[in-house]
Amino acid sequence: MATPTPRIRMPSTAKAGEVIEVKTLISHPMESGQRKDSAGKPIPRKIIKQFVATFNGKEVFRVDWHPAISANPYQSFFLKVPETGTFVFQWIDDDGSIYKAEKKVTVN
Amino acid sequence: MTDLSTGATRRALLATAAGGLALIAFGPSIALADAKMVGDEVKKLFGDKPVKDGKIKLDLPSIAENGLVVPLSFEVESPMTPTDYVKSVHFFAEGNPNPLVAAFTFTPLSPKAAASIRIRLAKTQNVVAVAELSNGEIWRAVKEVKVTIGGCGG
Repeated sequence: MATPTPRIRMPSTAKAGEVIEVKTLISHPMESGQRKDSAGKPIPRKIIKQFVATFNGKEVFRVDWHPAISANPYQSFFLKVPETGTFVFQWIDDDGSIYKAEKKVTVN
Repeated sequence: MTDLSTGATRRALLATAAGGLALIAFGPSIALADAKMVGDEVKKLFGDKPVKDGKIKLDLPSIAENGLVVPLSFEVESPMTPTDYVKSVHFFAEGNPNPLVAAFTFTPLSPKAAASIRIRLAKTQNVVAVAELSNGEIWRAVKEVKVTIGGCGG
């Protein structure tokens, strides 16, 4: 499997305290564990089980995902930008891998 | 004669009623088992706290052509201040192999208890959203989604 590539769309500048919408997408099959291969054997579950957003090291938003989340999971949500800083987004896989993306937001 | 006719009517009525009841009992019985599972999950999370309907704006299509990708958006009415905010929003599907869909955790730093995701639905079913507020209140919203092509198994 190709390494999941996260993609994030959000503004890079904001006014102090402004509410911004963040749209994220990551390529991942989100194998539910319910499907069977052509030989009739069940395909083992492999999903991203958690998505966490932090701002300057502080958690601001978290989602636990279950197999009912579609492949290539899309997640949009809202963040407040209190000051210039870095948002870190992490996708945590069933196998323990963490896919990470960072976005700097400058308050002007 | 009058007795007989009323008797017959009553019998007919009773039969229809019984038939109707049987139908009602049989119809959703499959879904009910899953709805019960969702209820159990909610109980596991929140115990016996009263669950009220409302506060959550749940945006799902009434008819989903493809159960593999069903867009879901929601927003919970809340000022989102450090003293009054939405702690979590859990989503459940009554007709999926696993009733759990997603669990959102918000903080007072989240400006809005709102988000969008895409989910899988195996068949036509109810999607249940349960929000827990910082003051301990539990709110719920339910929406039925008709699924033309299922999104699980295969």
